[in-house]
Amino acid sequence: MDRLLNFVYQYRAFFTFLLLVLLCSWLIVENNQYQSTRYFNSSNRLAANIISFSQGVREYFSLRRINADLAEENAKLRSQLERYAAVDSMYTDTTRRFDFVSAKVINNSTQMFKNYITVNKGSAEGLRPGMAVISSKGAIGKVKSVSDHYAVLISMLNTDDQVSASIKRTGHFGTIQWDGMDARTINLNYIPRHVKPLVGDTIVTSGFNAVFPPDILIGVVTRANLKDESQFWEIKVELAQDFAKLSFVEVVRSFQKAEKDSLELSTTGQKK
Amino acid sequence: MNRTGIFNVIYFFLYVIAQVLLFKRLVLFNTSFCFLYVAFILLLPVETNNLLLMVLAFLLGFTIDIFYDSLGIHALALVTVAYLRNYWLNTITPQGGYDNNSSPAVTNGVQWFLVYIVPMVFVHLALLFFVEAGGFGMFWFTMLKIMASLVFTVGVMLMLQFFSVPRS
Repeated sequence: MDRLLNFVYQYRAFFTFLLLVLLCSWLIVENNQYQSTRYFNSSNRLAANIISFSQGVREYFSLRRINADLAEENAKLRSQLERYAAVDSMYTDTTRRFDFVSAKVINNSTQMFKNYITVNKGSAEGLRPGMAVISSKGAIGKVKSVSDHYAVLISMLNTDDQVSASIKRTGHFGTIQWDGMDARTINLNYIPRHVKPLVGDTIVTSGFNAVFPPDILIGVVTRANLKDESQFWEIKVELAQDFAKLSFVEVVRSFQKAEKDSLELSTTGQKK
Repeated sequence: MNRTGIFNVIYFFLYVIAQVLLFKRLVLFNTSFCFLYVAFILLLPVETNNLLLMVLAFLLGFTIDIFYDSLGIHALALVTVAYLRNYWLNTITPQGGYDNNSSPAVTNGVQWFLVYIVPMVFVHLALLFFVEAGGFGMFWFTMLKIMASLVFTVGVMLMLQFFSVPRS
C-alpha cells in the first residue's frame, strides 16, 4: 500500500493532469448533448451581463444598419397586413399554430466550427430549449439552453445542427447542415438523383419536424453538383441571412409541437 | 501572498477581460484567432509548481469556456499546456540557468523566447481546433486555422513583451 501511495505521489503531476483532462473531456461530451438547461455558458447572469455591456457599446457603431433593417421589415409587414386585410376572413385556419418572441442578439460568432448565439430573452419570456429561431431574412437555428433572462441558441452555422429543408420549386426535401468552412454557404444533403435542382432555386424549411414553421426562407442554390457514383446531389446554398450581421431574431413558439410529437410517437412507437 | 502573487491574480482577470471583450471579436480573415490568455500560464514564474499551474490553467480555461460556449475545450487545451510547460522550460534552460524568481521573458533573448512560446501555443491551438472540429475530418482547413492563429497569437504576445518588459 505504501509503495502504491509513493508511486502516486511521485507522479502526482501526471495524475493531476490525467484527472483534469478527464474532467474536461467529460464536460465537453456533456456539453454536446443537444438540449439542456445549463449554468456554465454565456446565458449565466454574470457572463451575460458582461457580454450585454460590450454589445451595448458596439451597437452604437451599427445603428444605421439596424435601423435600415428594421424599417425594411416594417414595410414588409405592413404590405403583408394589407394583403390579409384585403382577403379578410378567407383563411379559416382557426387554430393558432405559431407565436413569435422578438429578442436581441448579444453574442454571436461565425468563425468557429460550433457557433452559438446568445440573446437577451429567457425562460421568463417563455423560451424553452428546442424552439426554432428565425430572423426577418431567414432561418437562424434552435434554442439550446435558457436561463431566466438569457438564452443560448445553436446557430445553423454549427456542424452539429441539422434542419429539414425543401426545394421550393420541386417540393423535394433534404437536410441542411454546415460543413464548417464558409459562413455564407451551407450544404443541402440527401436530395436524390432524380431531382433536377437548378442554380437559383429557393430553399425553405420543410416544416416536417414542427420546430420550424414551414416555408421559412433559408437561401438560394449557388451550386449543384452530381457525382457519377453518388446517390445524392451535393448542393451549396447561399444563406439568405448573413449571420455576421445578425442583430434581432424572433423565437418561434410552436403550439402544436407537443401534440404532433406525441401523435407521431404513439404511431411509430419509437423516439425520434 | 507576496507581491507577485497579487499581481498574478490581477493579471488573471485582465487576461479574461481582454480575451472576452476584445480578442474574441478580433478574428482576421475568418481564420486567424488571438488566444492571448495562454500567455498567463506561459509567463508565470519559472519555479511555479506544476500542480498549481494546472489548477490555474483549469480555472482560466473554464472561465474562457463560459464566454465561448464551448465548455471544457479551452480548459483541456490550457491544462495540457500547463502540464508540458515546466518540462519544456527544463529542456530549453538557457546557458547559466534562470535567474531566481524570474518569469520567462524576452530578456532571455528573443530567439529563446520564441523557441519557448511557439511550440506551447501550437499545442494549445492544435488541441483547441481539432477537439472543436470533432476529429480530423477537415484536416487542412483546421491546420490553416491553427497556423494563422499561431502567427497572430505569438505576434501579439511578442509585441506586449516589448511594451511591458523594461529593456536591460
